[in-house]
Amino acid sequence: MNHLKIASVGVLSLAAATMSAATKAEDLTLCWAAWDPANALVELSKDFESASGHTMNFEFVPWPNFADRMLNELNSGGKLCDLLIGDSQWIGGGAENGHYVKLNDFFDSEGISMDDFAPATVYAYSTWPKGTPNYYALPAMGDANGWFYRKDWFERDDIKAAYKEATGEELGEPKTQKEMLKIAQFFQGREIDGKTVYGAAIFTERGSEGITMGATSALYPWGFKYENTPGKYDMEGAVNSAEAVEALEFYKEFYETATPPGYTNSYMGESLDAFKSGQVAMAMNWFAFFPGLYADADTGGDKIDFFVNPPQNQAGSTLGGQGISVVSYSDKKDASLEYIKWFADPEVQAKWWSMGGYSAHNSVLNSDTFKDSAPFAADFLMAMEDVQDFWQEPAYAELLLAMQKRVHDYVVADQGTAQEALDKLIEDWTEVFEDEGKL
Amino acid sequence: MSDTTADKLANKTPKRVARKIRGLSDRAIAWLFVGPTIFLLLAINIFPLLWTINLSFTDFKANRINREVKYIGIRNYERILGDSDIWLSMQATAHFLFWTLFFQVLLGFALAWLINRKFRGNDMWTTIIVLPMMLSPAVVGNFWTFLYQPQIGLFNYIVAFFTGADPSSFEMLGSVDLAPWAIVIVDTWMWTPFVMLICLAGLRSIPDYIYEAAEVDRASKLRQFFTITIPMVLPFLMLAVLFRGIENFKMFDLVVQLTGGGPGSVTEMASINLKREAFEKWRTGYSSAFAIILFVTVFGLASIYVKALNKVKER
Repeated sequence: MNHLKIASVGVLSLAAATMSAATKAEDLTLCWAAWDPANALVELSKDFESASGHTMNFEFVPWPNFADRMLNELNSGGKLCDLLIGDSQWIGGGAENGHYVKLNDFFDSEGISMDDFAPATVYAYSTWPKGTPNYYALPAMGDANGWFYRKDWFERDDIKAAYKEATGEELGEPKTQKEMLKIAQFFQGREIDGKTVYGAAIFTERGSEGITMGATSALYPWGFKYENTPGKYDMEGAVNSAEAVEALEFYKEFYETATPPGYTNSYMGESLDAFKSGQVAMAMNWFAFFPGLYADADTGGDKIDFFVNPPQNQAGSTLGGQGISVVSYSDKKDASLEYIKWFADPEVQAKWWSMGGYSAHNSVLNSDTFKDSAPFAADFLMAMEDVQDFWQEPAYAELLLAMQKRVHDYVVADQGTAQEALDKLIEDWTEVFEDEGKL
Repeated sequence: MSDTTADKLANKTPKRVARKIRGLSDRAIAWLFVGPTIFLLLAINIFPLLWTINLSFTDFKANRINREVKYIGIRNYERILGDSDIWLSMQATAHFLFWTLFFQVLLGFALAWLINRKFRGNDMWTTIIVLPMMLSPAVVGNFWTFLYQPQIGLFNYIVAFFTGADPSSFEMLGSVDLAPWAIVIVDTWMWTPFVMLICLAGLRSIPDYIYEAAEVDRASKLRQFFTITIPMVLPFLMLAVLFRGIENFKMFDLVVQLTGGGPGSVTEMASINLKREAFEKWRTGYSSAFAIILFVTVFGLASIYVKALNKVKER
């Protein structure tokens, strides 16, 4: 099967090379965040270079500065990036402010169908206005917030017995959010192999998007909604519903009773560090990091396992991931579109998954072997069925920073109540939508 | 031919230029020299200031250049002055400003007074003391973050050693009560040497004969300190307060590195808030109004202070 795939990629590359022989070789720059999948993409793109004759350059920015750096670039009409793998929430601004090239005509002419990609990813990464067949990106990297844990600890008889004694239940992968908290609290401050360990690493970062991504991983399973009626911006009773209040209180309790000391401003990097250093029993993070975690020599392999964000009132995971867009300010749009066409090919998508990228292509996700191809593959599929994303409005940055502030003020700084935090959030968001002329 | 320096310079002036300026008055020549500087000043200082004032009356967003810009009068100013979050950030700034100035003046003067004594290793100690202010705020912020780390941080262990408390039982950067003090400690550590150097200059500028005269008059050391040392160092001390006050009012880098404005918003200084409004939320009109308010505040306070400083110097 692998030989067949490699042969197909070779044939495809040859065909692309023949096609592009007449076109001018360009230096293309692809911009993305600096993380493991980006390194995989560099390797993958070598096939494109040899096939097309174009040269690929990469501009990778660390996550905490990624939005600032790239949005500044787009807002100033910069030509640094020809291709941009931008966050899902940027799609509204990218489309409305003219930063991204609309891809419908290109897709039609090249026979690229959005039906070939997972519907949740097309909706989240490609369309604006939401759900309409107006495409500004090709789903490039499916992702969601998931969990991983110390399987070796969970399987130890002494720890299992202690858990049974403490809770009367069997220790295993949590089936609900509340069960997950119970397990985390059990591990909090426990001595394992002479070392004090803690319950779980969750997101509490204040500056960019961390605590919002973490808190929504509790809010969505409780049934949190942004609007009562989609598209109406009627947030009262949705954003501050009784379920949302309970979920936010839960997240605060999680932070206060089951995280390591000093865990007040932590995001992806801190979560990975806490887990790899053997400090926590569980951790939340994006699926994109799971291949690297599984490969880790100290805490990977048979010491780690993965699970989807547990449900509570319903299933729900926070959406991550990105689509790839052509920047409208680029002088090399034709070559950039060539890259998109190459990247959309099912064989390239299969190779993308095999190298550590999360393909959103149905041919990859629905293949018989996908679920068994990695220990987290089945969880990834399950997560993508129930993902929810933050607002994707052009004013998303204002909306996001308001939520960062209100949630951090309540969860970490212990100011006010969950109800007050969500009520104030509605006030902030209402002001933004009024300024936008949408209310 | 005369060979004075002026003549030599005049002779070196190219004839074409000499012909052009021959008919110009001294005043015109002065303008010729000052003109480019004034032009640059207008272009990079005054014009942006006026433009900012103009933007502060609009709903302009720099990330939405295609959007119609509306003049909304003083609405931005009303919003800012009525926004409780802005006042909280001003309170955080005032807290930081007051306590950093208080400790830096106290410790800076004390250190200068000690260093001013003549003792062995004086120069070495001076060099060691001024080291922190030579470091980059980003570096200082990063390593103090490690020092404050509840599980491995040296600071927590030192406090634990003296108090008997568990090192991981308190979080300097994560606690609402302690975080504002954590940043005061770091800024004081970093910038006390600056105040010390200025005070030292003041102390060394006091002529010895004044103290000798006081000795002849049998004035006690305490009396000499309060009637000679303090009054004569005061203008220097006030200058140090002015420099540090303006700097700390704008404090950004160190606090961003240490707390990012958190936990919650308790260390979110006015400057951090302004940066978020201007370059993260892209509310350009709103943030312009906020910048003008901050500018007027700093400028107003600094003007009053400089007048007071001049009066002290005249005494």
